[in-house]
Amino acid sequence: MAREIGDVVLEVKNISLSFGGVRALSDISFDVREHEIRAIIGPNGAGKSSMLNCINGVYQPQLGSIQFQGRTFKHMNSRQVAEMGLARTFQNLALFKGMSVLDNIMTGRNLKMTSNLFQQAIRWGRAEREETEQRQVVERIIDFLEIQPYRKTAVGKMPYGLQKRVDLGRALAMEPKVLLLDEPMAGMNVEEKQDMSRFILDVNDEFGTTIVLIEHDMGVVMDISDRVVVLDYGKKIGDGTPQEVRANPDVISAYLGTTH
Amino acid sequence: MDDQPTTFPRLMLGHAARRPGAPALREKAYGIWQTLCWRELEVLVRELAGGLAQAGVARGDHLVVIGENRPRLYASMLAAQALGAIPVPLYQDAVAAEFVFPITNAQICYAIVEDQEQVDKLLEVREQCPDLRCVWYDDPRGLRNYDEPGLAGLDALLVAGRQFNAAHPGRFDAEVARTEPHDVAAMFFTSGTTGNAKGVVHTHYTLIDRARAGAQFDRLTEHEEVLAYLPPAWIGQNIFSYAQWLACGYVVNCPESPNTVGIDLNDIGPTYYFAPPRIFEALLTTVMIRIEDAGAIKRGLFHHFMDLARRVGPRLMDGQAVGRLERMHYALGNWVIYGPLRNTLGLSRVRVAYTAGEAIGPDLFTFYRSIGINLKQLYGSTETAVFVCLQPDHQAKADTVGVPISGVQIKLTDTGEVLVKSPGLLKEYYRNPQATAEVLGADGWYHTGDAGFIDELGHLKIIDRAKDVGRLLGGEFDGAIFAPKYVENKLKFFPYIKEAVAIGDHRASVCAFINIDFEAVGNWAEKRNIPYAGYSDLAQKPQVYELISGCVDRVNAGLATDSVLAGSQISRFLILHKELDADDGELTRTRKVRRGFIAQRYQVLVDALYGGQTHQYVETPVKFEDGRTGMVAADLRIEDARTHPSMRRAA
Repeated sequence: MAREIGDVVLEVKNISLSFGGVRALSDISFDVREHEIRAIIGPNGAGKSSMLNCINGVYQPQLGSIQFQGRTFKHMNSRQVAEMGLARTFQNLALFKGMSVLDNIMTGRNLKMTSNLFQQAIRWGRAEREETEQRQVVERIIDFLEIQPYRKTAVGKMPYGLQKRVDLGRALAMEPKVLLLDEPMAGMNVEEKQDMSRFILDVNDEFGTTIVLIEHDMGVVMDISDRVVVLDYGKKIGDGTPQEVRANPDVISAYLGTTH
Repeated sequence: MDDQPTTFPRLMLGHAARRPGAPALREKAYGIWQTLCWRELEVLVRELAGGLAQAGVARGDHLVVIGENRPRLYASMLAAQALGAIPVPLYQDAVAAEFVFPITNAQICYAIVEDQEQVDKLLEVREQCPDLRCVWYDDPRGLRNYDEPGLAGLDALLVAGRQFNAAHPGRFDAEVARTEPHDVAAMFFTSGTTGNAKGVVHTHYTLIDRARAGAQFDRLTEHEEVLAYLPPAWIGQNIFSYAQWLACGYVVNCPESPNTVGIDLNDIGPTYYFAPPRIFEALLTTVMIRIEDAGAIKRGLFHHFMDLARRVGPRLMDGQAVGRLERMHYALGNWVIYGPLRNTLGLSRVRVAYTAGEAIGPDLFTFYRSIGINLKQLYGSTETAVFVCLQPDHQAKADTVGVPISGVQIKLTDTGEVLVKSPGLLKEYYRNPQATAEVLGADGWYHTGDAGFIDELGHLKIIDRAKDVGRLLGGEFDGAIFAPKYVENKLKFFPYIKEAVAIGDHRASVCAFINIDFEAVGNWAEKRNIPYAGYSDLAQKPQVYELISGCVDRVNAGLATDSVLAGSQISRFLILHKELDADDGELTRTRKVRRGFIAQRYQVLVDALYGGQTHQYVETPVKFEDGRTGMVAADLRIEDARTHPSMRRAA
């Protein structure tokens, strides 16, 4: 493979997060290197989504820090995170159901636009020029994800697997350096999973995007990720290449049950 | 249009010289139609040819082209032909193993393919194809990290071509001038249901001659718009979007992706359109589904005007007299329903539409003609460079394939096989003199293998494969032709009938096994509150027999008007208790009925049909999908069908 894994771009240090008396995460540390595909796995309620929400500023951890591109944060702020080149998709699809695929992905370009609300509303001058430019980027994403037949289709009418693809498209529209994927393959059939795996690998390969993904499906994780973090009850119990993780006895007993 | 024999590269250069800025190809990329004009196409072809020459492609070499319809793949075929090399388009949806035979058969060293998918397939079989030296791809997506000897993008080929052309000015034009019209232009592999595929060799002359003959017949101009969406390896698409494209100089539009064809069809609004019957059927189905979901007023309007269209539309199309009142009524319908409908279908600008490949149902055919789409049929094959018979504008019928067009002679053998002589016949099957001799006699007649006859209007009517056609023996129609597939197709045009098997060779009359369509008949039964337990039970309901009997009667009525096939009317029939199944060997994998096998397997039923029984008990072993076997038993009713006196005899 041509893409070379580089330096650490994102480092999570000793993160602890609790909701009242419930400890969602305790003392989690791991790093993500440039251009790699990093998976976070764990049984239900292990704290995977909480971890992602900390990274992307939805939750504010009580302890620990996150280092992103050389800057250290006590906690992240959603907008700031987005501007720094971190995008995410959602486990249960936060798309605008009534809007077309095109418009949904276009929203991902909003941060890149400089015209103000009024200009955008009357679509005049700079706003129109900008929209044309942004549309070109969006069209490339539509082509990349092979959703050309659905440009004008309302997202709510589309099958679930395709909606997931649109969600990914919107995140890609931000041209992120790091992409956080929250269970990108949940609820999909085998074929859709294969397609999605292909897209994730292609994104990583074509755009060099670093990918952090949470996933339930063991087969997929082991196949596409470079390194895996394993969480259980808010604690990190394993970290390493898929082979290492698979051989780790703690992981086996916590999650995999018996060897695959 | 110039009628001098010429070659494809010369035609292209002619267009580029005469009308450099006119559009030649369009492709939808990133949501916007991008146009390539003839001058740009010439530049592209020159550079590709330079690159190919640099890579060692020489006169007489073969080059495979695999992909969807893409401008750069079309340009590649032109570039190969400019060098005197022979493009061999292969089906892009074939599995890798199917590429091995064509590539090794012609010892092909070069391939130009569309994308990663095709590259992967070629790499998969590379070991079996030791000659395959160079593979170029159009779309580099996903291929950046491939490190294979001889694998490169078309962009690299273009760069090499520019350098080569700079070092060898005049080489391209000299090569084009050296290529003669009777040199081989392209090779098409026929699907070949039995054994290996055969490479059909065509020259520039054969393809261009037929392309021009077809264009003259329909008065095609350089202003036509065509959407190229069927596999370019299929000669039909190749003729419509390559040979006729270069012969006429019209615009060929390439869809964005196979899934967007419907949208692209609407964008482009082609004026010249071609599709096999199944595409027309799918289009109609989507319309009907949307109509059923529409409000009562719209639905009412639709049905009212479609009734009118069925009555008046075909007559208007055929230029027959129609009363003024009906004409006005139709004009209103055109404004309210037909026009918008044509627009929704993407066919509002269609001047000439063709369907071919298989039999088209009369209802389907009439539907399109009745709403003002000039849908016609044609007859031809890979070996004849498509155009043999075409239907003139005012004489389109569902069950004929038209009249021989200029240059074509047609002859029928005693057994009813259609022989064709035309300037468009294949040169040979590649490296297969035996197969060539079987179809192409020394006298220049090509044996189509199809059985047919010429009707009263001079139209050719294809009834079956020649080897399946039999004769009736004894009885009223002693010696008459019996074409099982023709009868079966007529039955299968009814939505209630899924499969049919007609028996009659060496018999005095024709009998039929019928398979009902479980879904269609099931729906029909539910609407009438007829309870049933399952397929076998439904099949034996007296009401279902009545329904099917009505269908058979209509088929018989149709056959009775036919001077040649009146004897093929069905005298008795039964409805089978199980669906004919490929797992039981009753159908081929492509769902063609295996008549011989079925007649043997259900011998008791055949005997009962001809023995005059009213019912017959039968037990049949069946294979379930999990591999187990079981027995299905039933007591089948046998019914007489009403036959009609032959028109010819009555007259």
